[in-house]
Amino acid sequence: MDWSAVLGQALTQAVGIQAIIYCLAAIGLNMQFGYTGLLNFGQAGFAAVGAYAIAVLVVTFDWGLWPSMAMGILGAIVLALLLGVPTLRLRADYLAIVTIAAAEVIRLVSRSVTFNDVFGGSDGITGKFAAEFYALNPFIAVDPEFSGLTLGPLRYTRNDSWIWLAGWALIAIVLLIFWLLVRSPWGRVLKSIREDEDAARSLGKNVYLYKMESLIIGGVIGALAGFVFAASSQSVQPDNYATALTFFAYTVLILGGAARVLGPVAGTIVFWFLIVFIGEFLTGALRAGWIPDELLRPDQIGQVRFMLVGLGLMLLMIFRPQGMFGDRRELALDAR
Amino acid sequence: MPADRAAETGRPPASYVTRVLGEVPCQPGVPKPDAILIATDVHRQFGGLTAVDVAHLEVQRGSITALIGPNGAGKTTLFNLLTGFDRPDTGQWTFNGESIARMPAHRVARSGMVRTFQLTKVLSRLTVLENMRLAAPHQIGEEVYAAVLPFLWRRQERIVTDKAMRLLRQFNLAEKAQDFAGSLSGGQRKLLEMARALMTDPVMVMLDEPMAGVNPALTQSLLAHIRDLRESGMTVLFVEHDMDMVRDISDWVVVMAQGQIIAEGPPASVMADARVIDAYLGAHHDRPLTADGQSLTRADAEVSSP
Ligand SMILES: Nc1ncnc2c1ncn2[C@@H]1O[C@H](COP(=O)(O)OP(=O)(O)OP(=O)(O)O)[C@@H](O)[C@H]1O
Ligand SMILES: [Mg+2]
Repeated sequence: MDWSAVLGQALTQAVGIQAIIYCLAAIGLNMQFGYTGLLNFGQAGFAAVGAYAIAVLVVTFDWGLWPSMAMGILGAIVLALLLGVPTLRLRADYLAIVTIAAAEVIRLVSRSVTFNDVFGGSDGITGKFAAEFYALNPFIAVDPEFSGLTLGPLRYTRNDSWIWLAGWALIAIVLLIFWLLVRSPWGRVLKSIREDEDAARSLGKNVYLYKMESLIIGGVIGALAGFVFAASSQSVQPDNYATALTFFAYTVLILGGAARVLGPVAGTIVFWFLIVFIGEFLTGALRAGWIPDELLRPDQIGQVRFMLVGLGLMLLMIFRPQGMFGDRRELALDAR
Repeated sequence: MPADRAAETGRPPASYVTRVLGEVPCQPGVPKPDAILIATDVHRQFGGLTAVDVAHLEVQRGSITALIGPNGAGKTTLFNLLTGFDRPDTGQWTFNGESIARMPAHRVARSGMVRTFQLTKVLSRLTVLENMRLAAPHQIGEEVYAAVLPFLWRRQERIVTDKAMRLLRQFNLAEKAQDFAGSLSGGQRKLLEMARALMTDPVMVMLDEPMAGVNPALTQSLLAHIRDLRESGMTVLFVEHDMDMVRDISDWVVVMAQGQIIAEGPPASVMADARVIDAYLGAHHDRPLTADGQSLTRADAEVSSP
C-alpha cells in the first residue's frame, strides 16, 4: 500500500472543500445549538436555500453572482423567520420537528417535476454560475500558467485552490465575528437561554428575540455553506441537501466540542480525515489482499467507513463526552 | 403618599412603614395607604383544582410583606401569575400604577418587579460572576449590533462587574465568583439567585422561600440584607415557612390557604389568629374553608381584629 498517497489524500480532504462546507454548517449549528440550545435539524435546508439561490438566479434568471448571494442570505433570514416565529415560543422539541420537516420540504419541492424548469428536478442545476467567482482567482492573476496548489501533502486543482483559499478565509471571518458575538453580553444572554430560559426571562431578557437572532445568524452561516457547496462543483443537486448533511454537521460540532468557537474547525478536520483515511486504507488493504474478499467487497467500503467512524464517535462520547475542545467540568454539572 | 415619604427623609423608612401599617385593619384584602401592587379577582384553575382565587390584595410600598400558607396553598402560583410566568383565568393587577396583568415575564421584570424561584434556577454552565453580570439591566452589549464592537460596552461591563462583586461579597459568594454556578450547593444557589435578582435594580423583589436550605448563621445576615433593601426603599414580598423568620422581619403578613387569602395583618396578630393556626396544623377539617370559606373567614377576621 502507498501510505504517503493514503495520508496525502486524507490530509488534503481533512482541510478540503467538503471540510469547509461542513465546518460552516457546524459553525451555524454551534450558534444555535451550542450556545442557545436551539435544536435546528434543518441546517441542510438553509444550505439548500443558499445553494439554489445562486444556481437558480444566475442560471435561470441571468442575475449576477453577487446579488444572487445577497438574495441567498435574505432567503436564509426569511426561512429562519418562517421557522422561528411559530415555534420559538414553544418547547424546544417543536423547533426540531419543524426544521427537519422544512428542510425535507425544501428538498422535495426543489427535486419535484412540477418545478423542473426552475430547480431542474432531481438532476438539479449544472452551469457556470460561479464563473464570476472563479474569474477572480488570484493564483491565475499572479501566474497565468497556474495549474494547482501544492502545500506539502496537500494538493488542489486550479479552481479548487481558489475556492479552498476563499473558503478558509470566509471561515476565518465568520469565526472572528462569531467569537466577538459569543464573548459579548449578547452571547451571555444566549448561554443563559440555553441554561434556563425562565431564569433569563425573570431577569428581563426578551428570550424570544434572542432565540430568533441566534436562529437567523446560524441559518445565514448555513447558507454560506450552501454557497461554497454549489460554487465548488458549479452544480446543485437536491439530494446533497438531505438530512445527512445536517447530521454530519452535528457530528462535526460534537466531535470538536459544542459551545467552543474553534470546535467546528477541529471537528471537521478530524471527521474528514477519518472518513477519507479509513476509505483509502480499506481500498488499499483490499487491493493488497490484506482483507479477504469474502469479508469486504470494494463497493461496501463506503458504508463500512461510516460504521467505523460511528464506532469511533461512540468511543469518543464514552471517553471524552465533551468533544475535543470541550471542558469536562461543564458536563459534570449536568449530573445534578 | 410618595410625597409624604419624601418629606420624612430624616426618619428611617422602616418605622414609617410600621406606623402606617399599624393603622390598617386586619382584614383579608384590606386597602393599604400607599400600595405598590394592587391585585383584584386573580383566578387560576388547573383542571378542577382552583390553585389561586384572590379577591383582592394590596402590598404596601417599601414594606416587607410575608406570604405564608400551607403547602399547596397557591403561593408559588400567585407569584407566577403576578410576574408573568403563568396566565390567569381572570384578574387584573397594577404595579406602580401601571397595569401589568398578562404582560410577558421579561417586561414585568423590566418594569421593576423581579422574582426568584422556589426551585432555584441558576445558570449552571455560566460562572457565578457571569450569572450576576447577566442580570444587569440596560446593557448596550446585549444588542447584537453592539456586541461585535467591544469598545461600545467594555466600560459598562467594568461597572457591572464591580457592582456584581460588591453584591457577591455581601452574599458570601465572592470566592466562588469564577466557579460554575452548577457547582454551588443548594443554599449557595439560593444566595446567588437573590443576589442576581438585586443586580437588576428592582423596585420590588418577590422571593419564593429565599431561606430554604440556608444555614442559620447566614440566615441572620440575609435577614439583615432584606432589611437593608427596605431601608433603600425597595418593596419585598416573600414566601416563607419558618414562622420565626416571618415574625422577625416582616411588617405585614398575608396568609393564603387553598388559593384564597384568609387573613392579613402584622405578624403578631396574624400568628395568634386561630384560623391561621388551623390552616397550618390542618385541624378542624370539618370547618369549610373553600365552599363558603371566604365569607366565613372574613366575618371571623372582623371579630378577631382589635
Ligand atoms: N402546573 C400545574 N399544573 C397542575 N397543578 C398545579 C400546577 N402548579 C401548581 N398546581 C397545583 O396548585 C396548587 C398550588 O400550588 P403552589 O405551587 O402554588 O403551592 P405553594 O403554596 O407554593 O406550596 P409550597 O408551600 O409547597 O411551595 C397545588 O395544589 C398544586 O398541585
Ligand atoms: Mg411554593
